[in-house]
Amino acid sequence: MATIKILYFAGLREATGTASELLALPASVKNIAGLRTLLRNRGGAWLEALAENRRVRAAVNQDMAGDAQPLQDGDEVAFFPPVTGG
Amino acid sequence: MTVRIQHEDFDVGREIAALRACNAQIGAVASFIGVVRDLNDGDRVEAMTLEHYPGMTEKAIEAIIAQASGRWQLYDALVIHRIGRLAPLDQIVLVVVASAHRGDAFAACEFIMDYLKTRAPFWKKEQTPDGARWVEARASDDHAAERWRTKG
Repeated sequence: MATIKILYFAGLREATGTASELLALPASVKNIAGLRTLLRNRGGAWLEALAENRRVRAAVNQDMAGDAQPLQDGDEVAFFPPVTGG
Repeated sequence: MTVRIQHEDFDVGREIAALRACNAQIGAVASFIGVVRDLNDGDRVEAMTLEHYPGMTEKAIEAIIAQASGRWQLYDALVIHRIGRLAPLDQIVLVVVASAHRGDAFAACEFIMDYLKTRAPFWKKEQTPDGARWVEARASDDHAAERWRTKG
């Protein structure tokens, strides 16, 4: 079974009360889109924080990743709001 | 090419002097300094806290500098971005670009800053008299980065 590390940043970390977690991926979750759905299905703050209209960005192994990006054992996935540096 | 993410302030004069030391081919140095304002979206800002994604932030900025280097003739570039708690008047970010001529230096400096605003993982949380809030990304920043796709 594939295990990934997930990081949450900024408002997303606060809303979910989670900075990072290790997750054993169900075989049905193949990509970022699937992972978003899995996390939303936790309900409550997760459903709201990862709602589609929130424009939550994703990265895989520290590169920006679209919904179709496949996931593999050992990947570092991150979810965060649109960036506001500079 | 150098990227530094740090809590400490930076000395612009010293950074520019170091960047162009010993290279007499450099004819132009352009720099940009981002500074904390005391007003945003009509509210007084007492302080802000800057968060980043260690590892990815550095990687993203290095990629932006590499893109600029492919597009303009650059001898060197430096990006320093501060994190942690900052107050109005504090310096946040420094971009310095060294080139043979001013056209390349100006353009690359602006390009790096526009891309940093939309692609480098940093997030600002502002302290206002009404409490703390995360800064929303601006569409104008997306547009600023977007125009480099067509601009020479």
